[in-house]
Amino acid sequence: MVDQSLAVMLTIITAATPLLIAAMGELVVERSGVLNLGVEGMMVMGAVAGFAVAFLTGSTLLGVGAAIFAGVAMSALFGFLTLTLVANQVAAGLALTLLGLGLSGLIGEAFVGQPGVKMPTLFGIDALVPFSFILTAGVAYALFKTKIGLVIRAVGNSHNSAHALGYRVIALRYLSVMFGGACAGLAGGYLSLAYTPQWIENMTAGRGWIALALVVFASWRPLRALIGAYLFGAVSIMGFVVQSMGLGIPPQFLSALPYIVTIIALVIISGNKRLTQANTPACLAQSFVPDR
Amino acid sequence: MKKLLMTAAVAAIALGLGSTASLAEAYKACWIYVGPVGDGGWSFQHDEGRKAVVAELGDKVETVFVENVPEPDSDRTIERLARDGCKMIFTTSFGFMEPTLKVAAKFPDVKFEHATGYKTAPNVTTYNSKFHEGRYVIGQIAAKMSKTGTAGYIVSFPIPEVVAGINAFMLGAQTVNPDFKVKIVWANTWFDPGKEADAAKVLLSQGADILVQHTDSTAPLQIAQEQGKLGFGQASDMMAFAPKAQLTAIVDSWGPYYIRRVKAGMDGTWASQQSWDGMAEGNVTMAPYANMPDDVAKMATETQAAITAGTLHPFTGPITKQDGTVAGEAGKPLPDGDILGMNWYVKGVDDKLPQ
Repeated sequence: MVDQSLAVMLTIITAATPLLIAAMGELVVERSGVLNLGVEGMMVMGAVAGFAVAFLTGSTLLGVGAAIFAGVAMSALFGFLTLTLVANQVAAGLALTLLGLGLSGLIGEAFVGQPGVKMPTLFGIDALVPFSFILTAGVAYALFKTKIGLVIRAVGNSHNSAHALGYRVIALRYLSVMFGGACAGLAGGYLSLAYTPQWIENMTAGRGWIALALVVFASWRPLRALIGAYLFGAVSIMGFVVQSMGLGIPPQFLSALPYIVTIIALVIISGNKRLTQANTPACLAQSFVPDR
Repeated sequence: MKKLLMTAAVAAIALGLGSTASLAEAYKACWIYVGPVGDGGWSFQHDEGRKAVVAELGDKVETVFVENVPEPDSDRTIERLARDGCKMIFTTSFGFMEPTLKVAAKFPDVKFEHATGYKTAPNVTTYNSKFHEGRYVIGQIAAKMSKTGTAGYIVSFPIPEVVAGINAFMLGAQTVNPDFKVKIVWANTWFDPGKEADAAKVLLSQGADILVQHTDSTAPLQIAQEQGKLGFGQASDMMAFAPKAQLTAIVDSWGPYYIRRVKAGMDGTWASQQSWDGMAEGNVTMAPYANMPDDVAKMATETQAAITAGTLHPFTGPITKQDGTVAGEAGKPLPDGDILGMNWYVKGVDDKLPQ
């Protein structure tokens, strides 16, 4: 029984970790006032790059590096489009997802059907799991206890005021967007190096979108995103556990349950004006053109 | 006016030439896949079939495929292919059924081939394979190899093909161990490696020591390998992913069928039909038996040979259903229609069939 619960716990942890890492990146991006809907595209690029490099070199560490790099490269492209060329963020984000899905399929073609290299684990836990907790704590600390965090939030809440005070809005947003890209890439690498060590096209299967939803779910608070990721992971895994017990609960209902729980939580959160207004970045998805 | 007539004449000639030229053009056959061709399973095998057509017919045929087509709005993709001059379109997933029929009604000259469905039209054929024959074989293997007497079974959607697969598996297993148990998890997806891996881990934690899957990715087998358990490949030989875990795999071979149908389309003998081939016709084959003692491999080989020869039919009556009623006549195989529309479990399956 203890073994069983432990195995289920480990499954929940591996299911929640990529969601948490990607959500943490997007949280910082949105706090800086940028909405990047391309998380799925950056994740899948991270997955293919991580797998390819780990496969060619045999080193998962280099694979993780490549995954992060791929995510950063994708996000830099997004930054160039939306921050420098002032393109629409929603459209550019969706385009980034489509680009990532297509491009990763092209790059990954040679690696389909190749068994991957699995990240070493300790008691069934790989290095990225503790890292995801450190990341959450780090983001929470940086956003709310340091000057740089204060400035990022200021940029997200009122880019004109931050600009007037002399802060470099565009540069800070570039940094935030690239941090988000690094996290999304890493989350993708987690999928292809630890979760299911192989490359299959489209292997992110919508996890980028769930990460995006988690940010709203968490009302832009890092610790709530942690709770959200684990709640989502736990509800979806418990659905399988309940099924395997053969209790006769319709599986369609169990599959929908994580989303139902998410919607209920969102309704509760958005019902609370104080919660949402205090945390929603006021300049979210608004383009900034400095008036000279 | 004269000039206009001339132009019209020239245009007519050009058009005429154009159409004769197109007669000599390659026959265009098109495929749509529900997953990526790189899934290493279901869609991959259909694409292998397409490649077999190209290898066989060379220049005489032009093939096009579209992968990752979501089932609900596949009619747009199918219609686009029909407009683009595809003369035969293979739609290779159950969920493409209604969209295929819808588009087929608009293009009576295009031939449609829908895999795993049950609705036909004058220009729509259905085709499927008797995968349950392979599942009967792996049921026997599972019952021999399992130490806990319990298999974990990851399934996609409660459609007849999947239900018949579960039943054939159990009937096979019960010939070896009448008390064999199966735990069933519906993943509600054909292809999501992460979710399939999660389901696999949960099943193994709940006492199953052999994994069976009716979803398309290699993830469950990899989990089996990781945890030192056993499993079966789906649709394709997945040995490379789990050399220590894969006992065998039910391999879909679509090539011979596709070659036959494209040829029929080219020479005008194509007619709407419901094709359902199995081991005997070479549509269902088994990957080499591995990771098992010789006597188990021998048993599996014999069962496979008996099914191929037609002396053994997985669904031979009388079959006791989960609710205690009996299906089929003693000593006779169930009619094809009963298997193609199967919506009940056999006795011994500890799950409630989702409706």
